[in-house]
Amino acid sequence: MEKYAVYVPRLVKKKENFAPGHRACIGCGEALAMRQAFKALDNNVIVVNATGCMEIFASQLPLTSWYLPWIHTLFENAAAVASGIEAGYKAMKRKGVPLPENTKVVAIGGDGATSDIGLQAISGALERGHDFTYICFDNEAYMNTGIQRSSATPFGAATTTSPVGKKSFGQFSWKKNMPEIAAAHNIPYVATATHGYPFDLMEKVRKAVDTPGPAYVHILSVCPTGWRSATDTVNRQSRLAVQTGIFPLYEVVNSQYKMSITLPKLRPVKDYLKIQGRFRHLSDDIIQQIQERVELEYQKLLEKANNVTKRAKSKSKTGTAKASAR
Amino acid sequence: MATRVGVEVSIAIADAVKLANPDVVAAYPITPQTHIVEHLAELVANGELDAEYIPVESEHSAMSACLGSAAAGARTFTATASQGLALMNEVVYVAAPMRLPIIMAVANRALSAPLSIWCDHSDLMSVRDTGWIQIVAENGQQCVDNIICAFRIGEDRRVLLPVMVHLDGFTLTHVIEPITFPEQSEVDKFLPPNNFPLPLNPDKPVAMGDFAPPIIFTETKWAQEMNICASKKVIMEVWDKYEKAFGRKYSPVEKHHSDGAKVVLMTMGSVGETASVAIDEMRDEGQDVGQVRLRLWRPFPFEELREALKDTEVLIVLDRAISYGGPGGPLASEVKAAFYDQAKKPRIVSFVGGLGGRDITVAGFKDMVKKGTEIARTGSKNEYEIYGVRE
Amino acid sequence: MAKSESEYTWKNLEIGAIIADPGSARQYESGTWRSQRPTYDFKKCIKCGLCALYCPEGCIGENEEGYFEADLFYCKGCGICARECWPRVITMVEEVE
Repeated sequence: MEKYAVYVPRLVKKKENFAPGHRACIGCGEALAMRQAFKALDNNVIVVNATGCMEIFASQLPLTSWYLPWIHTLFENAAAVASGIEAGYKAMKRKGVPLPENTKVVAIGGDGATSDIGLQAISGALERGHDFTYICFDNEAYMNTGIQRSSATPFGAATTTSPVGKKSFGQFSWKKNMPEIAAAHNIPYVATATHGYPFDLMEKVRKAVDTPGPAYVHILSVCPTGWRSATDTVNRQSRLAVQTGIFPLYEVVNSQYKMSITLPKLRPVKDYLKIQGRFRHLSDDIIQQIQERVELEYQKLLEKANNVTKRAKSKSKTGTAKASAR
Repeated sequence: MATRVGVEVSIAIADAVKLANPDVVAAYPITPQTHIVEHLAELVANGELDAEYIPVESEHSAMSACLGSAAAGARTFTATASQGLALMNEVVYVAAPMRLPIIMAVANRALSAPLSIWCDHSDLMSVRDTGWIQIVAENGQQCVDNIICAFRIGEDRRVLLPVMVHLDGFTLTHVIEPITFPEQSEVDKFLPPNNFPLPLNPDKPVAMGDFAPPIIFTETKWAQEMNICASKKVIMEVWDKYEKAFGRKYSPVEKHHSDGAKVVLMTMGSVGETASVAIDEMRDEGQDVGQVRLRLWRPFPFEELREALKDTEVLIVLDRAISYGGPGGPLASEVKAAFYDQAKKPRIVSFVGGLGGRDITVAGFKDMVKKGTEIARTGSKNEYEIYGVRE
Repeated sequence: MAKSESEYTWKNLEIGAIIADPGSARQYESGTWRSQRPTYDFKKCIKCGLCALYCPEGCIGENEEGYFEADLFYCKGCGICARECWPRVITMVEEVE
């Protein structure tokens, strides 16, 4: 693995698993996050991609941006297809078919493919305990089809299907907490990350793929096109999202919450909201509502992180032979 | 030595799948296919079948998991019926152009509404245009034989297409029939290991499922069409080899005293066997009748059909599904289309019956043939006739 | 080198429209999209490589002297590198045809 022999990037390998020449928008945070995530991995990975921005911009017949084996079928089934590949490899290895060692399956999807239409498939795959990783690249709307709202769109955001008008202030519901849903399945590893903190992102993706069993990583990917902001501010926005507490960075390792970054004081959410055109219309009332809710959610998260679950010691009559849950 | 046993057809299908030694079975239960997936789970649990059994959370995920598994190069099987087939519809459409060999047993059952768990062909017709190879079985033996052939056909490098084996729900899945099972060693000789040419493998990366702009889409679809048409040759070859290995012959259009018969009844599915009894009885009474049974639904056997019916004067086609507001019986409308440009063609009368599990008796078939012959003579103001409805 | 789309016939497409040429998108000149381009004052460059890490295209690489420079064949001119470069080596200027 060739590494840049220089200051900070001596930690990052040079080889790209994702080639330039793709058709992402100028300044695409999702393309950046994907590039970083796959820089953290070796080339023993099979990628299952749900329909969405990152699938479309990387795969126009007859070209592909991927140096890894890659499959795209439909919108909502990335997790199900990944289950099939994982099971296929398991069965074939057992039957002695010569296959590369230590092949990992990574399913990637956008926020729509994850928290809306693909929720069932993900829930099923996590419950069955397949050895795969699901990475959600969350740009907070159905961006590829033209910026329509999804359940991951934040409260008050203007999208084409939750537009601002006389009778509406934008998205009417709070952002669906997908990492919590994944954690509720009691999987060994859940993490949130964003491309404004690339080393944290790469470490988490590495950890997720190396963890045996299902893992879930939720990556906030700034979309300058859909969020209506300048193309060069994507990293600034993603850092502000973390520093205002809107998108906290944390890990859930075997049901134990762990914050990735200690913020002694959260920045006001206004700092984050005002640089994005999709929040331009918000009144001070709504901003205050958002501020309060963000603080509440952050507090809940901190409590979980500080709370170490004590495991009850059970006295078994028949001995300690346990069936391992897959 | 092959063993002949009396066994429920669903169990027999699971046993046939076991003989084929799949790598992955992804299945979701739905009446009337439940016994197939239950028995497969039992075989895996007992170690008799070395496969990964994925108990998926919906049929859509079942077929999606099959896509992944076939793309990885594993031998894959699933089973479903009506609502499940409808739910996985978009995934079924994806499997064929992506050339992923998946074998699926479909226990034909009526599509809702109203909810019906009993047999008809509305689900079979709903996947007509998906590009899968589709074989229809009429009895348990045919199910077992065609499941084994399906693996060989689908995974053949000249074909590489998913294959559906249709069988009637309840009328076949839940009845006990005498079935001869080939030996495992014989099946191993007949069925080579799966060898998908471009699987997902980190040593040789490929990208599957790119999107196609208009400039290239037509070429991909024509390639799909040319491929399924070319697969007919392989299907015939595999059936031929099966006959040599196991003694049972299959052809796309099975003839039952239809050569030279003036009036021919055409059926698809297990009703065909009841109809055969009726035809035999009518022949004993001196009537000039015969029967053809369609075995290969897709690719449609145009040549064999035209050849089998070249001297027929009246063809009565029984459908077990309706295309609402359209030509009625989908099978009949396809047969009519097959004969439209021919210089000599039979008068084709379309009957729809047996919907939602309603039985057609031997007497019923005799009645149908009589009515059909009459309508062929007088004509009818209806596009098709509905059989057995209470007015 | 992959063919252009219009050169594919139904016969020479790979089975299932599979692409067996990884990274073939490299032939697409995404650089034609930009309306501004990065310019460099390499005296200030400390070769940290952060611009390379933050480029969504992945087109920044080392030049002969070891300084990090964008490959203008792919650079879409988003300006992220200029924004992230803390010694302020990079300035975005308008692309003039």
